[in-house]
Amino acid sequence: MKTLILRTASDYLLPLLLVFSVFILLRGHYLPGGGFVGGLIAAIAFVLHAFANGLDNTKGLLRFHPGFLMPVGLGLAFLSGLAPVIGLDDPFMTGLWFPEPFPVIGNVGSALFFDIGVYLVVIGVTLTIIFTISESA
Amino acid sequence: MTQQIILYPLLLQMLLAIILMFFWRKINAQRIISMFGSLVHLAVSITVFAYIWNNGTQTVQAGSWEAPFGITFIADTFSATMVLLTSIAGLAVSIFSSGSVIGDRLRFGYFPIFHFLLLGLTGAFLTGDIFNLYVWFEIIIISSFVLITIGGEKAQLEGAVKYFTLNFLASMIFLTAIAVLYGLTGSLNMADLANKVAAVENRALVEITAILFLIGFGIKSAIFPLYFWLPASYHTPPSAVSAIFGGLLTKVGVYALIRVFTLIFVDDVFLDQILLVLAIFTLFSGALGALVQNNIRKVFSYLIICHIGYMIIGLGMFTEVAIAGAIFYLVHDIVVKTNLFMISGLIYRIKGSNSMRALGGFYANYPKLSLLMFIPLFSLVGIPPLSGFWPKISLITASFESGSYWSLAAIIFASFITLVVIAKLWAEVFWKEAQEIPVRPKFRYFHAIKNIKRVQIIVPIVFLSLVSLYVGFGAEHIQTLSARIASELMDNQQYIDAVLNTQTPE
Repeated sequence: MKTLILRTASDYLLPLLLVFSVFILLRGHYLPGGGFVGGLIAAIAFVLHAFANGLDNTKGLLRFHPGFLMPVGLGLAFLSGLAPVIGLDDPFMTGLWFPEPFPVIGNVGSALFFDIGVYLVVIGVTLTIIFTISESA
Repeated sequence: MTQQIILYPLLLQMLLAIILMFFWRKINAQRIISMFGSLVHLAVSITVFAYIWNNGTQTVQAGSWEAPFGITFIADTFSATMVLLTSIAGLAVSIFSSGSVIGDRLRFGYFPIFHFLLLGLTGAFLTGDIFNLYVWFEIIIISSFVLITIGGEKAQLEGAVKYFTLNFLASMIFLTAIAVLYGLTGSLNMADLANKVAAVENRALVEITAILFLIGFGIKSAIFPLYFWLPASYHTPPSAVSAIFGGLLTKVGVYALIRVFTLIFVDDVFLDQILLVLAIFTLFSGALGALVQNNIRKVFSYLIICHIGYMIIGLGMFTEVAIAGAIFYLVHDIVVKTNLFMISGLIYRIKGSNSMRALGGFYANYPKLSLLMFIPLFSLVGIPPLSGFWPKISLITASFESGSYWSLAAIIFASFITLVVIAKLWAEVFWKEAQEIPVRPKFRYFHAIKNIKRVQIIVPIVFLSLVSLYVGFGAEHIQTLSARIASELMDNQQYIDAVLNTQTPE
């Protein structure tokens, strides 16, 4: 599906969708959004790019196999759950928060890192599945 | 740090799975990490078990959310024992896998998925929240789908479809049951449910929910009318996979049944009667199924079904002695069934076949190995003083006391048929004259593989045989343990107090 319109549009849509996915990720916790939805949107950005420019170009853009994001994300989520156990001897997954909110991002706590982990895992899983299917098709 | 000691086996498995994913393509590194990690897991599980044995039931409220609202993790003696058994079987199968599973399968993430499976099992044993239990069950079945299909042979996929369909159905029924229960009581915490279900006016609905749970867990643990997926699928994947499936997957269903029917749905004569009837039929049908099979692994599959009956019958009689018998049987069965499937894998490696008719002359050619295999085979039958004998005493005593002579007959009948089946297997495979089996050109026979691999195949069998021997000869210890678990299970108030009264940790 190499049309000029889609290809030109995808050049702008890729960064836009990625920024939007980060916005959705940060919006999570109290409002609709979060790691899962954000991850899906980020994956859609790459899938759209692959539609317009071919799978090989998207892979070149990513530089590494998306499957690698799975253990990284899982590891991050795991560590965010483990932090209270190691630091304060609180039960696993207890939320730790910085006292003051950060500008732009808002309150930062271990839940954010858990969500970033989910975000990475979702991107990794979705892209691995879609890339594998389109390679074998 | 000791407050959360019960979570460590869980966290360790998760850490292992994540580390193994980083080494996706390096299967030799995966082998070493998996074996070493399983060893550490065993050490941690023993520590947790000792801690629980000395200090009694422990709870952790995950995320510091208080008991009826958050997810509770709880380790009583039963959970700690199951975690310990998981780590024993996990260590054995981890070593066995690195010796026996071929590289082409390992390259598709065999070890990470294997540890996710163990993570799911450990989680299911430790959780105190019924919805969380469902989540762990999902982790278990998703991992097991991958393990059962890895390699993608035709027979494997055919078995996997049957396995997938019925287990998925079981999950849906389980989820429906949770939904109904939540609608009735507005709670998911098992201890809280125990209090609230007892107070529900609409007993008919409670009973229906209990039946839904029974069907959901019944499919997973392969009890009488719901077991058809098991013999259709367990002989298709590599024997390392069958070993962990046969040893632990059906037992997690039994664990859930015992937990739910001793904690939430108690004092219900109707349910106990149903459990008893199902158990008796399970014993009969499993035993008769095993009698007519020729493939060794199919024989063992039917024996799994048959012996699930012993545990369910113990639960159905619902006296302290009977439950102690069921727990003892559970301990014995996990070790022996894991070992039996590894043995079938060893026989397959040596001869290239698992057909009883084609095999023969094992005792003449491999006398030492035959003696080794004698231990789990006849532990299963329960020749005294081997491990299968002791739990049956408790079960038979209990059925005498409660006067249910049908159960007594079923227990004795199933033991007898097990004896016949194993004797037939022994005569065919070990004593019969060796047969000519056509040599398979591309098959990697046992005598052709490297020494280290051979050690990796033999050592776990020796290890589990030693554990079986300990269960048999140290029966007094296991009996004490089972009696303590049974007394804890019969008095569910202890469990409820442990969960609901720990809001103020000192």
